[in-house]
Amino acid sequence: MIWNEKMECSPVEELKNVQSDRLRSIVEYVYRKCPVYTRKLDEAGVSPGSIRSIDQIKQLPFTVKDDLRDNYPFGLFSRGERELAEIHVSSGTTGNPTVVGYTKDDLKLWGEVMARALCCAGAVPGDKIQVAYGYGLFTGGLGCHYGALEMGLTIIPASSGQTKRQLKIMTDFKPRVLACTPSYCLYMAEEAQEIGLDPRSSSWEIGVFGAEPWSEPMRAEIEQTWNMLATDIYGLSEIIGPGVAQECTHKAGLHIFSDVFYPEIIDPKTGKEVGPGEKGELVITTLTKQAIPLLRYRTRDIVGVTYETCRCGRTSPRITKIQGRTDDMIIVRGINVFPSQIEHVLIGIEGTLPHYQLVVDRKSGELDELEVVVEVDPTIFSDEIRKLEGFQQKIRKEIESVLGVAARVRLVEPKTIERSMGKAVRVVDKRAK
Amino acid sequence: MKLNQISVFLEDKKGRLFEVCSVLGEGGINIRALTIAESRGYGVARMVVDKPDAAMDVLKGKGFVAEKTEIVAVQVADRPGGLASILKILYEKDVNVEYMYGFVEKFSDKALMVFRFENPDEGLAVLSENGVKVLGTKDIVNL
Repeated sequence: MIWNEKMECSPVEELKNVQSDRLRSIVEYVYRKCPVYTRKLDEAGVSPGSIRSIDQIKQLPFTVKDDLRDNYPFGLFSRGERELAEIHVSSGTTGNPTVVGYTKDDLKLWGEVMARALCCAGAVPGDKIQVAYGYGLFTGGLGCHYGALEMGLTIIPASSGQTKRQLKIMTDFKPRVLACTPSYCLYMAEEAQEIGLDPRSSSWEIGVFGAEPWSEPMRAEIEQTWNMLATDIYGLSEIIGPGVAQECTHKAGLHIFSDVFYPEIIDPKTGKEVGPGEKGELVITTLTKQAIPLLRYRTRDIVGVTYETCRCGRTSPRITKIQGRTDDMIIVRGINVFPSQIEHVLIGIEGTLPHYQLVVDRKSGELDELEVVVEVDPTIFSDEIRKLEGFQQKIRKEIESVLGVAARVRLVEPKTIERSMGKAVRVVDKRAK
Repeated sequence: MKLNQISVFLEDKKGRLFEVCSVLGEGGINIRALTIAESRGYGVARMVVDKPDAAMDVLKGKGFVAEKTEIVAVQVADRPGGLASILKILYEKDVNVEYMYGFVEKFSDKALMVFRFENPDEGLAVLSENGVKVLGTKDIVNL
């Protein structure tokens, strides 16, 4: 089922006209309403009236995360505080947190795009959905909630955590759809097995997994373990929260709802558009948002994009799974390393993904050291030290041949690496900044 | 007969072996033989206990990674050349020993050894055929 066939399957030229109209309005709107954008556009020498076509988007200045932080809390808003219906905050690890706001119309838009996403994943009205994303200031829980409400699902607002209760809800209420982070889904499988519940007999048929990058092998593991379809959802609070892009059941890229969130792929170093088929940083312009519209927002997520019509009939462009983040990327001895690459290596060895963490350190006067910390689970463990050492050796060699960087492999006891109910902490950088 | 050995993964951290032993103690499980193999940063404790299944349950319950492996426990004459006579049999029959270790207790005037063979069935057969006394579960419980 396609939620909004008119927009999602519209012929490319028609879509372009819609995008051009909306871009013209939003540029005029922010220029008028938000002093920060008035200044930014003036500095870039762009007269709002001169923007007539979506192709002119390249003339507009970028917006970056620091623009939000520097104008904390409401400086980048285009609407007054009394006009807001909701405010969300994402915790900042450094400096100010990121604050976003929604008018009532923005919340409607959020419900609309999330409804498109849930349909895209294969949900149909009447299905039960267990929303195990955190409710609260984090956008995951409420975003899913609004979409499910809009499309007529039965919502079980479980929020994150309390794993035993999540499993009981699943067993007793039999929801067809699960929405949570992929790492939490795998964590629940561990718990299920511990309490003697067979994950393959679960009621979940569709998973809407996001809020953190995850790999194809991890998808295979989830689908195998839970006997369900695992789809990827993409979003970020700066743009709206979850519901920016979503995989359909063909799992051939995430449909980005480009009539409202216009995507560009740029080279993060030069800021120029990448060639066709090349990967780069995803940049998004919100074409219709009111409270805090953003022009050319740099997501720092690395993706590829295809503009071909999907087998499902949607004409919207499709982005690849997140290949990494421009800021999650660690540079070890001058080599770019993404956690997803290490994930591929680990899964390739035993067929399953153990919990892992990358620790980068540099002792004074020495070279960077990359340590891969891996939790020993029953598939890895052996009574013979020789086999354990062989396992370490294999990881080391694979990483060296794939990434060209030397790594140490440390084996640790189960459940000793920090697991969050929300996002997995994959990288710890101990080098002095 | 073959016996089950329990092996546990231990990080090289203070008190981990103590933790394993007290968990087993609280579970009323008696350790008959114990050895630790070390590598950099971690080790594997291997032991023969009187109740291997119960031991697995309590260890897993406490979050340890543990595994059962088949081993063969034999009596060795407690005199010079006692162990050599057994190893000679294994050597001549080309049986591969992964590792071995001794029991804490003695069985009458004989010493007790644990053998972890690459192929436990083969090891057991060779020892039995050559008149080596192999221990059964009852012997372990009654030690």
